[in-house]
Amino acid sequence: MTRMLACLTALMLAAGAAAADEMRMAVTTSFHNSGLAEILLPEIKADLGLDVHILVVGTGQALRLGRAGDVDAILVHSRAAEETFVAEGYGTHRREIMYNDFVLVGPGDDPAGVAGAGGIADALARVAGARAVFVSRGDDSGTHRRELSLWQIAGIDPQAADPAWYRAAGAGMGATLNVAAGMGAYVLSDRASWLNFGNRDGLAVLFQGDPALFNQYAYLPVDPARHAHVRHDLAVQLETWLVSDKAQAMIGAYEIGGERLFVPNATADGVPKEG
Amino acid sequence: MSAILPLTVRGATLRRRGATLVGPVDLDIAGEGVTIVMGPNGAGKTSLLRLLHGLARPAAGRIDWACPPADALAAQAFVFQTPVVLRRNVRDNIAYPLILRGALKSEARRRAEGWAERVGLGEAVDRAAADLSGGEKQKLALARALIREPQLLFLDEPTANLDGRSMREIETILARTLAEGTRIMMATHNIGQARRLASEVIFLYRGRVHERNRAGAFFAGPETPEAQAFIKGDIVE
Amino acid sequence: MGEIWQGLAAAFWLLVGFDADLVEITLRSLQVTLTAVVIACALAMPLGTWLAIQRFRFRRHVIALLNALMGLPPVVVGLVVYLMLSRSGPFGALNILFTPTAMIVAQVIIVTPLVASITHQAMRELWTEYHDLLISMGASKRQRMATLIWDARRALLTAALAGFGRAIGEVGAVMIVGGNIDHVSRILTTAIALETSKGNFALALGLGFVLIALAIAVNFAVHGLGRTEREGRW
Repeated sequence: MTRMLACLTALMLAAGAAAADEMRMAVTTSFHNSGLAEILLPEIKADLGLDVHILVVGTGQALRLGRAGDVDAILVHSRAAEETFVAEGYGTHRREIMYNDFVLVGPGDDPAGVAGAGGIADALARVAGARAVFVSRGDDSGTHRRELSLWQIAGIDPQAADPAWYRAAGAGMGATLNVAAGMGAYVLSDRASWLNFGNRDGLAVLFQGDPALFNQYAYLPVDPARHAHVRHDLAVQLETWLVSDKAQAMIGAYEIGGERLFVPNATADGVPKEG
Repeated sequence: MSAILPLTVRGATLRRRGATLVGPVDLDIAGEGVTIVMGPNGAGKTSLLRLLHGLARPAAGRIDWACPPADALAAQAFVFQTPVVLRRNVRDNIAYPLILRGALKSEARRRAEGWAERVGLGEAVDRAAADLSGGEKQKLALARALIREPQLLFLDEPTANLDGRSMREIETILARTLAEGTRIMMATHNIGQARRLASEVIFLYRGRVHERNRAGAFFAGPETPEAQAFIKGDIVE
Repeated sequence: MGEIWQGLAAAFWLLVGFDADLVEITLRSLQVTLTAVVIACALAMPLGTWLAIQRFRFRRHVIALLNALMGLPPVVVGLVVYLMLSRSGPFGALNILFTPTAMIVAQVIIVTPLVASITHQAMRELWTEYHDLLISMGASKRQRMATLIWDARRALLTAALAGFGRAIGEVGAVMIVGGNIDHVSRILTTAIALETSKGNFALALGLGFVLIALAIAVNFAVHGLGRTEREGRW
């Protein structure tokens, strides 16, 4: 009986033993939904011999995992939160890698008339004015935080909004898009998730292009001073690779249905270009 | 194995929920033969046997065997009114007490088959015990009890639910057991059965030993009115 | 409705094509769940049996608590296990977070109360029946438990299968403690959750049907091996 238990324990632990070159990275659902990871990971493995274990979670959870030291690096798109993360000493720095954009999706007949809006603030104001149903991520993700900041620019407080038209889904991008499709509602989505979304059911992109919708992705290695066990060496290796010409070219060349998704914008010294 | 008799019982009482089921009882059990415990329903026959065997703890009094209690239990066996069979075949049921004692499986099974033959279940050893008839189950229970070679065998109305043929078969086995030297203590309310088997009779009434006598003397003429009424077949309250 | 047919078709093509990824996550699902169920049974069955035969002061309360634990929300278990296994947590040094091992731990916690409860109920009834006989035979506590467990084997098999059913379909806990990492900790249920969140309903349904087929296959196999429903009674 004891022997059997010992064998079982060994089996269990074997299932969990880490190999030499493996690192864990938390990425946001929107990044994962783009499908870019599937292109990059094999190249990373070939070039660096590195197995990157991707945890696909919301921005909030990614930051939480980084703070706990349960991952070696995070890739998110929420500048303010990232800067706090670094300032509080959990991350060594943030390195911009690429950006894509958000789009305002809605029912094909566009009841709020956002298609003719002058900017995203105007578009959102039209949605609120028409009391057209709008579905929010509601999950403290990068997308959600961006959405909230846009409402702020438009001078509208979504917390005070009538739940009859402003609905917080509390879910990932795909699930939120499902809800919007089911309700024929407006929703703010990252372009990648939208392009990969299979269940459109009458929804279409109604507004895009405002610079306020640009969505910067940044890579943050977890600080080894905080958590000595993180594979900081591997995290640095990965960062170097991500900003390399080869990777940046791959990122820029990535398309879904003929549409380019990301604009690579890593700089050589890591200092972000303003503007 | 050391002798467990004589058994000395002083003031033994069994209570449940405040009510006295049997007792206080003073008894000395020794020697050979069949002690039949008789009495109307509710007199405490089952309670007395369970008390003596150790299935119930006395609320008061003492039950003293001639050897330590653990040894005493190992030298006794009990056959219940409704036979309890384990969810195995007949052979493994009978072999069970030997397995408990640490016997080798093959040895235990061999001896179980011997006992199955002796009680007339030889053909049925591979059948699931649960598939047996009531009479067959009780014979199995007997074999399972006797394979332990007990010095004292308790039986609580073993044939109360059985047909005549089963009753006779079981009484035959009991007679043989007695002849082999096992002391038997049996509860029954079947007067004819008592007459057939008893060496002595204990008549219980309302939880007390009302009368005790050798069988011949008792059946010739019980002393107490309750026992007399019982023998006649009258209702005894 | 159309998507359900699409799902069935997707399941069919996945199975027929022996898609490598599908085989991998299916085997991992089985590995995690079967290991968890075996461990849970090893813990729960003696526990449930012991509770049935041992009298002690707060027994009724313990039994009530055990029954209540059956309703533990898996996602809460997952959260607590994550906090325990996190590098910032008490057992972080074990380094098993985001691996199948952590998933097994979470599932053991979820399944054990269920199996223990069913075991206990079956044992109570059996013990009532066997009580006098086993005491009369001088069986030790260990022997009593062993006899009860063997004789109640059909009911215990049901308990184990109930535990299996609970575990194989569980997604909340394993998602949190496993991380749904591709090629490491992704199993059928977490893959279904991911595909659903991406809006790939047909694929998600296909995986779902594979999961159902897997559960049915395991049940058939167990019943076949145990030769239940074939013999007369036991």
